[in-house]
Amino acid sequence: MSDLLLTLLLTLDATLRVSSPLILAAMAGLFSERAGVVDIGLEGKMLAAAFAAASVAAVFGSPWLGLAAAIVASCCLALLHGFATITHRGDQIVSGVAINILAAGLTIILGLAWFHQGGLTPALNNESRFLSITLPYAEQLAFIPVLGPIYKELISGHNILVYVAFAVVPLVWWVVFRTRFGLRLRAVGENPKAVDTAGLSVIKLRYQALIVGGILCGIAGAYIGTAYNAQFTRDMTAGQGFIALAALIFGKWRPLTVMLACLLFGFLDALAVRLQGVQIEGFGVIPVQLIEAAPYILTVVLLAGFIGRAIPPKAVGTAYVKER
Amino acid sequence: MNRENRITWINRLLLPVLNVLTAFAVTAVVFWLIDVNPLEAAEILLYGAFGYEEGIGYTIYYTTNFIFTGLAVAVAFHAGLFNIGGEGQAYIGGLGAGLAIFMLDPTLGAWLFIPASIIGALLFGALWALIPAYLQAYRGSHIVITTIMFNFLAASLMVYLMVHVLREMGQMTPQSELFPTNAWMPFVHDVAAGMGYSIEASPLNLSVLLALVCAVAVWFFLWQTRWGYAIRATGKNSTAAVYGGIKPKRVIIVAMCISGALAGLVSINELVGYQHRLVMDFHLGYGFGGIAVALMGRNHPVGIIVAALLFGTLYQGGAELAFEMSGVSRDIVVVMQGLVILFCGALEYMYRPWLIRTLAPVAQQISAAGVTV
Repeated sequence: MSDLLLTLLLTLDATLRVSSPLILAAMAGLFSERAGVVDIGLEGKMLAAAFAAASVAAVFGSPWLGLAAAIVASCCLALLHGFATITHRGDQIVSGVAINILAAGLTIILGLAWFHQGGLTPALNNESRFLSITLPYAEQLAFIPVLGPIYKELISGHNILVYVAFAVVPLVWWVVFRTRFGLRLRAVGENPKAVDTAGLSVIKLRYQALIVGGILCGIAGAYIGTAYNAQFTRDMTAGQGFIALAALIFGKWRPLTVMLACLLFGFLDALAVRLQGVQIEGFGVIPVQLIEAAPYILTVVLLAGFIGRAIPPKAVGTAYVKER
Repeated sequence: MNRENRITWINRLLLPVLNVLTAFAVTAVVFWLIDVNPLEAAEILLYGAFGYEEGIGYTIYYTTNFIFTGLAVAVAFHAGLFNIGGEGQAYIGGLGAGLAIFMLDPTLGAWLFIPASIIGALLFGALWALIPAYLQAYRGSHIVITTIMFNFLAASLMVYLMVHVLREMGQMTPQSELFPTNAWMPFVHDVAAGMGYSIEASPLNLSVLLALVCAVAVWFFLWQTRWGYAIRATGKNSTAAVYGGIKPKRVIIVAMCISGALAGLVSINELVGYQHRLVMDFHLGYGFGGIAVALMGRNHPVGIIVAALLFGTLYQGGAELAFEMSGVSRDIVVVMQGLVILFCGALEYMYRPWLIRTLAPVAQQISAAGVTV
């Protein structure tokens, strides 16, 4: 019994670790798409942020400086996206693809030029990483049946950015659904003309949304580069930006459901690791690739309207043209 | 020249050239940032791509891939669709080519194998595009998102098949057994040797001819046939196309299938032409490269061939550059692809307001021909 509980807890623990960057990136996408700007470039922004964080942390020995650099790098790309799609009304998807490819190439080229380690950044020591935090009394309370281990194994012992990721979700909900800025943000994604008529700047609102997204992607990238891993490696985001995008759709652009989608996808990932080569009675070995592919399959099925309906913000994907 | 003409001239010619030049200029800045003299780098790059026979062979070999994916993206673009799924379609196309070859009796002649592998690649590539196309046309899901998801699905599926089903017996690396030699697309150096010329060996194979045939076929299809007209009309204005009796749903299906089939042909060049077995990740980068090629080539087959040659040059020259200079890697080509997509795609009209203001004032007498930028 306690063995089973421990296995379950460890899997859930891994789920939290894997889900954190997904949640941050998906919240970034939520801001941007709620404001009417498609953000395919989540992946690229995270990758650039991971590189910036790992580089700066390696040189200056501080994960916080790394985090700051990650946010700056990610925001630069977000502003580039805004410059192309809001200011010059370019295609939002083309711009996102460009950002992803640019980030993939630049991180290697700059890493090679700065550190001469084949595109990697130097391995980080513990002082320059975000380390796990043991919450108060985790050890002392471990003896309590069920709740003790849950507190010790599952809730305690993560790095600060994991807690940030989960704290961001209610904050995003509050901002988007309970503040004036959030109301305007949603309006600009549904009907920019009405916002414009009300005397607000569509352009300014959309830029603001992109910058918030840039900050969140920056934190996600710092998590990947300096907390979950201890150095930057080629293409280390490995499609997580796209999984976040899938979670955003799967959660229908609502913060809490998006978080649940991220947790589900994170759980599938943790499960795939755990089931690697495990024989299950009656089934044989479940192909790990099938579990890994599940988020994509689920999203495709949802988008096709076979389970519920995912309706994006109305004005998403279109640049706003003020009538003359 | 009146104002209207001048504006057309700006849009058609000046703007694309300026955009490409901007992408080049920013690449030069990147070189300068990493302490590499851009001119010196360009010299090494060009030597690597065109300085010797083997280099030229490689350049054209890479160009072939970019022609296929560039055409693939362009056909979808003309229908107003953005096919980001070239990566996955190329990968699954390889599966089709490989299965076609393994299904046939190895003693059969090349005249059967090569068409069979081409048909396999076309069919499987088209199939991988058909599902997103169907979902877009009839279920209302967005083609961009589904094709992205299908790229990842293709990758997972191929890992599974390569590891568990198609792996050569007793091998650790996930690759299939060698194709029978009859199934190999002939190398250009072998063909040349047969005709009495001697060229250095390179991966360049006859797939390049297939790519050129495809370019002509795409041109003919898009601009000379009823279906091509329907595709272009839908892409320009699908509401108007409906009034013209065109059914946009069918157009989506047809355009995407052709697009996927063309992307699938990458595998003919890579696998049937060079590697001669199914391998993992042979397609990486070409699908996304195709977006840059199509944008730079203005979605026209001639432009695509030119742009593909540019990227082929960069690919091969980039390898030479990485070999010659320790601080540089071939990823500089990836950066350049990103910049081309950014400036020729997303920022396509960045210079337009400025150009129109300076070159085509409402009542002015500047002769457009005399203006240099």
